[in-house]
Amino acid sequence: MPDAPRYMDAVNLALADEMRRDERVVLLGVDIGEGGGVYGVTRGLHEQFPGRVLDTPIAEAGVLGAAVGAAMTGLRPVVEIMYMDFLTVCLDPIVNQAAKLRYMTGGRATIPIVFRTQTGAGNGAGAQHSQSLEVLLAHVPGLRVFCPGDARDAYDLLVAAIRDDSPVCFVENRRLYARVTDLEDWRRDPLPPGRSRVVREGTSLTVVCWGRMVSETLRAVSDMHDVDPEIVDLRTLAPLDLEPVFESIRRTRRCLVVHEAVEAFGPGGEIVARVADEMLYELDGPVTRFGALPAPVPYSRTLEQQLLPGHRRIAGRIREVALG
Amino acid sequence: MDASALLGLYTTMARIRCFEEHVGRLFRDGSIHGFVHVSIGQEAVAAGACAALRPEDAITTTHRGHGHCIAKGADATGMLAELFGRRTGLCGGKGGSMHLADPRLGILGANGIVGAGIPIAAGAALSARVLGDERVAVAFFGEGAVHTGAFHEGLTLAVAWRLPVIFICENNGYAEFTRSDRWGGPKPVERAAVYGLGADAVDGNDAVLVHAVVAAAVDAARSGGGPRFIEARTTRVSGHYEGDAQPYRSQGELDDVRQRDPLRVLRRRLPDAAAADEIDAAVDREIERAVATALEAPYPEPDDVLEDVYA
Repeated sequence: MPDAPRYMDAVNLALADEMRRDERVVLLGVDIGEGGGVYGVTRGLHEQFPGRVLDTPIAEAGVLGAAVGAAMTGLRPVVEIMYMDFLTVCLDPIVNQAAKLRYMTGGRATIPIVFRTQTGAGNGAGAQHSQSLEVLLAHVPGLRVFCPGDARDAYDLLVAAIRDDSPVCFVENRRLYARVTDLEDWRRDPLPPGRSRVVREGTSLTVVCWGRMVSETLRAVSDMHDVDPEIVDLRTLAPLDLEPVFESIRRTRRCLVVHEAVEAFGPGGEIVARVADEMLYELDGPVTRFGALPAPVPYSRTLEQQLLPGHRRIAGRIREVALG
Repeated sequence: MDASALLGLYTTMARIRCFEEHVGRLFRDGSIHGFVHVSIGQEAVAAGACAALRPEDAITTTHRGHGHCIAKGADATGMLAELFGRRTGLCGGKGGSMHLADPRLGILGANGIVGAGIPIAAGAALSARVLGDERVAVAFFGEGAVHTGAFHEGLTLAVAWRLPVIFICENNGYAEFTRSDRWGGPKPVERAAVYGLGADAVDGNDAVLVHAVVAAAVDAARSGGGPRFIEARTTRVSGHYEGDAQPYRSQGELDDVRQRDPLRVLRRRLPDAAAADEIDAAVDREIERAVATALEAPYPEPDDVLEDVYA
C-alpha cells in the first residue's frame, strides 16, 4: 500500500479488506470484475476474490432487487450503480424495498447492503451523468447516506457501510478519485459515520459542506485574508450530525451551506432549516445556502462552470455572508 | 402422491380458504383496515408449490400473499394480529396485509409493488449459489407482472447466473380490473421460453399437478439445473381488493370460476370425503381461535413508531 493512497485506492482497499475479513461480502456491478470498473476502482478484486466480484448485465433494477434478496438471505452485497444518475432506473429496490423492509417486518429482516455510486460534475459528462442526487436518498427513512470528501473518509466510511446492517448509499466523487491525500490526512484517527468534522478552524463564519465541496471550499479560502471561515465536513447526511455546526455557529454567528447538488429543494434547505430552528438567536445574519443553478448540467465548459459552485464563486458567497 | 400427502395439501388449502373468508368478513365489519387482497380460488398454487419446498428455502410473494405465507408455514395467529395492526403481529403491526413476511421461515415478504419480488427471489437464489448451499427460491407473482421491467431483468439475471430459482406466475386472468388478454402479446409461459428458461404451463387449480411440476423444477434447481418458469392458470374468485364488486365480470363467468374451485378439485382426488370434512371442521376451529387470540392482542405503543427504521 502506498503511504498516502488516492481516494480511489482507499475505496479499493476498503473493499478488499472487508472482503478478506468477511466472506459474505460480494460485489455486484456492470464491468466491475474483469473490467475493473469504468474508473478502475475495483481493479484487481476480481482476481483476489474469485466468484465474489460479479459482473452484471445492464439491468440495474433487477440487480439491486437481487441484492436485496441476497442481503436478506445471508450475503452482504456491495452493489455499484455506475453513475448516480442511474439511481432513477432502480429506485424501487432502494426506496420501496431495501429502505423499508426492516421496518415493514417489525425488525425481523436485516438488509446489510451498500449501494456504491459516484457523481462529480465539471468534466463535460452531460446532463445524465453528472447529477448530485443525495437529497433523494437522504429524504427516505431507512437509508443511510455517506458522502466522503477525502481518502481517509472514503476508507473509514466504506468499511463502516459494509459492516452496517442497514442499507447504506455510498456516494463517491469521481473528481476526487485520482487525488493524492496528504499523509497527515491519511493518518487521521478514523471517525465513525454520523460524526461531522471541522476541517478548518476559523472565526468569521461557519461553512457546511460534504463530498467534493469540502476541497473546493478549502481552495476558495486558501488565499482569503479578509475573512477567516470555519469549515465543517458533514461526511454523512444520514445520520446527520449538526452539533459541531451549532457549536461553531455559537462562535462565528454566521452560516453558509455549500453543495454541488442543485440549490432549489436541495439538501441545504434541510440544513438551513435546522440551523434556523436551533440557532436563530445566535445568528447575526441570515443562514443561507449555495448550490448548483436550477438547470440540467450542460455539456459546454462555459455553461457547466456557470452552473456549478466553483471555488471563486464560493469565495464570493463566503465574503457576502461573513461581511454582509 | 400418497393419501397422507393429499390430506396435507388439502389441509393447507382449507386453512388458506378459511383464513381468507375470515379476513373478508373481518374487513367488512371494520376489524381490518387498509388494503386487503384475498386469494380465494388460488389456494392450489400456494399449497402445491410450497409442499415442494424445505423450511430453509425462500419465497417472495405479492399483494395477494396470505396463501403463500400460510403454505410456507407462517403462523395464522401472527398473520391475523398483523392484519389487525397489533404488536404481536408477524411484523409488529408495521407491515399489514401487503407486507407480511417472516424471514426466519424464508418468507421474504409480500410486496406492494407489482413485480418487485421477482429479482428479490433471484437474489435469494444468488445467496445459495455463492454460499454453496442447497437452498432454492420461489417467486410468486401474477400475470400482470410480466409487463414490468422487474420481470424482464429478474429472468435475465436468473438465466445469466443459472440461479436456483423457480418463477411461478399465477395467471388468474385479471390484472386488477383488467382482463389480462387485453394487452395481447405472448402468453406468460411463451415469454419465459424466449428468455432461455425451461417453462411449463399447468392447471393451477389442481394442487397435485402444481406440486408435481414445481417439485420437478425444485429438484432440478437444487442439483444445479438452473431456473425454471411455471405458469399456473388459476382463478380469482374475489375482486382485486376486498370491496371490489367486480362490475367488470359477468355472473356467468363467476359461476364458471366457482366450478373450478381448487378445493373441490382436490376433494375428488381424496380417498374419502369424511376426512376432508374433518379437516374443514378442524381448520375452522383453528382459525376462529386464531382470530379471537389476535383480536385480544395489544396495539403497538405510539412511541414504537420510530423503532426498526434502522438496524
